[in-house]
Amino acid sequence: MSVFFVAMIGVLTTMLLALARAFMGPTVFDRVLAANMFGTKTVLLIAVSGFMLGRPEWLDLALLYALMNFTGMIALLRFSKFDNLANDEQIK
Amino acid sequence: MGGEFTGPFVEMLLFIFMIGMALYIARMRSLFTAAMLFGIFSLLSAGMLTLMDAVDVAFTEAAVGAGISTVLFLGALGLTTSEEAPDSKHGWTALLIVTATGLLLAYAALDMPAYGDPNAPIQLHVAPHYLKDSEQEVGIPNVVTSVLASYRGYDTFGETTVVLTAAVGAILLLGGGVGRVGAGKGRDDEGGRRMSDTPIKMRVRETVILRVVGKALVPFILLFALYVQFHGDYGPGGGFQAGVIFAAGLILHALIFGLDALRRAIPQVVVEIGIAAGALIYGGVGVASMVLGGEFLHYGVFDRHNPAHGQHLGILLVEFGVGITVTFVMVAIFYAFAGRSRQ
Amino acid sequence: MMEVGREIGVWILLVAGSVFCVIGGIGMIRLPDFYTRSHAASITDTLGATLILLGLALYSGFNLITVKLFFVLFLLYITSPTAAHALVKAAYSKGLDAPDLEDVTEIGGATSSSADSATLRPDAKGVN
Repeated sequence: MSVFFVAMIGVLTTMLLALARAFMGPTVFDRVLAANMFGTKTVLLIAVSGFMLGRPEWLDLALLYALMNFTGMIALLRFSKFDNLANDEQIK
Repeated sequence: MGGEFTGPFVEMLLFIFMIGMALYIARMRSLFTAAMLFGIFSLLSAGMLTLMDAVDVAFTEAAVGAGISTVLFLGALGLTTSEEAPDSKHGWTALLIVTATGLLLAYAALDMPAYGDPNAPIQLHVAPHYLKDSEQEVGIPNVVTSVLASYRGYDTFGETTVVLTAAVGAILLLGGGVGRVGAGKGRDDEGGRRMSDTPIKMRVRETVILRVVGKALVPFILLFALYVQFHGDYGPGGGFQAGVIFAAGLILHALIFGLDALRRAIPQVVVEIGIAAGALIYGGVGVASMVLGGEFLHYGVFDRHNPAHGQHLGILLVEFGVGITVTFVMVAIFYAFAGRSRQ
Repeated sequence: MMEVGREIGVWILLVAGSVFCVIGGIGMIRLPDFYTRSHAASITDTLGATLILLGLALYSGFNLITVKLFFVLFLLYITSPTAAHALVKAAYSKGLDAPDLEDVTEIGGATSSSADSATLRPDAKGVN
């Protein structure tokens, strides 16, 4: 068993736990927090599995996830604050 | 390294996550939460696609699913209520029909070739030809890009047109031109009132972290999009993915600095011209190849002595066209939804 | 000898990283309210990710892959805490209250009058 497999199990377990929190709520912020954590863990999952399967070029993908996750997160925050995306006030 | 047996194991686990997710989303009443959970769902499916080694598709899924579609869902939610209307009557007929269809599909799936079967019909038709000869005929290492932009150039042209149509539809229905620069001023009192009980000094201090990070991050996203655009011949990526990433960078700017900040940088007119320009570049390459004596979108004629070079040039131009169209289409749809929601 | 040392280093970093990730995950489930959970999520997020990515970097040696790994690490370092920060700010300004946060209510300029352990301030809206 390779060390990458061990790390992958760890990351997958964390993803499962984050998913459980996303389901449980109770507030919307808990869910957003879980979604953010899930995104970070997907980045790690892809990095680790890329190494495990000998395809380290998947890191481009991990990079993209890190960026997209942030964009989605800011959109969620903005919406949860203003109920639309167009408000001219700066986001807090 | 254990890759042989861990692959299916992890894929099955992700599948189970996805099914649980889908069921949960279907039961969800709060549309905001549903939109957010869709982001996770798409991360899961992109993880699946990565493990299946379909990296180009995973790129698209990551860019579209995790970034843009969350934004667009929320933009649409801004125009409606964020709670699903309760459905009073239980449609038993509907349940029956859906169950029957599901069983039929499951029955049909039994006839499908096994997962990863090398003798499946799809693997025996044109795929071997693409895999073996594309390096020589087209001359770029990423077979997906060769297939997408050269062998299946017509299909991709069609897809680009579909994307363009989507933007035209959004602009026609929601009126993209309504909110030109400054048009939103005076309408957003509601937000202003809601914020006004916070002292101004406080407001500035609170936004500073996000503004600084946003300022640093947006150029990075745009640069990464260019990398994906022009590295698509060699690695995963291409015009579609790059366009979506570029648009995500621009939208992030709008989310942090306000919609009008982006509207000032990229006015609606530029967006509308850009949408058409990309598709025109694509079609223009096709017409140019006809003028030079080949068929429509036959890039080989661009270089008489070395058709592979001509192919490479053609693919580069076509992907560039796709990138431009997709970027501006995404921005146009964002403008249409976000601009509309403050009226 | 060098190889064995590196192998051990990779093991230590990756296993420690996964352990921190899982601890963060457990914290997400077990901790009582949003603010403590955000603590669990963001701190272990950065630490776990750092250790795992450093482990991978150690494994691959020094080449383009390592540079990309550091890019990922750098991005996670910027985006993750920023998102956590913005999220907690948004939650607070929306009126989500922690059980005993009474004496620090001046952060957002809003004041809370509820003295019980309710997790929602009276002015809270749209938080579920």
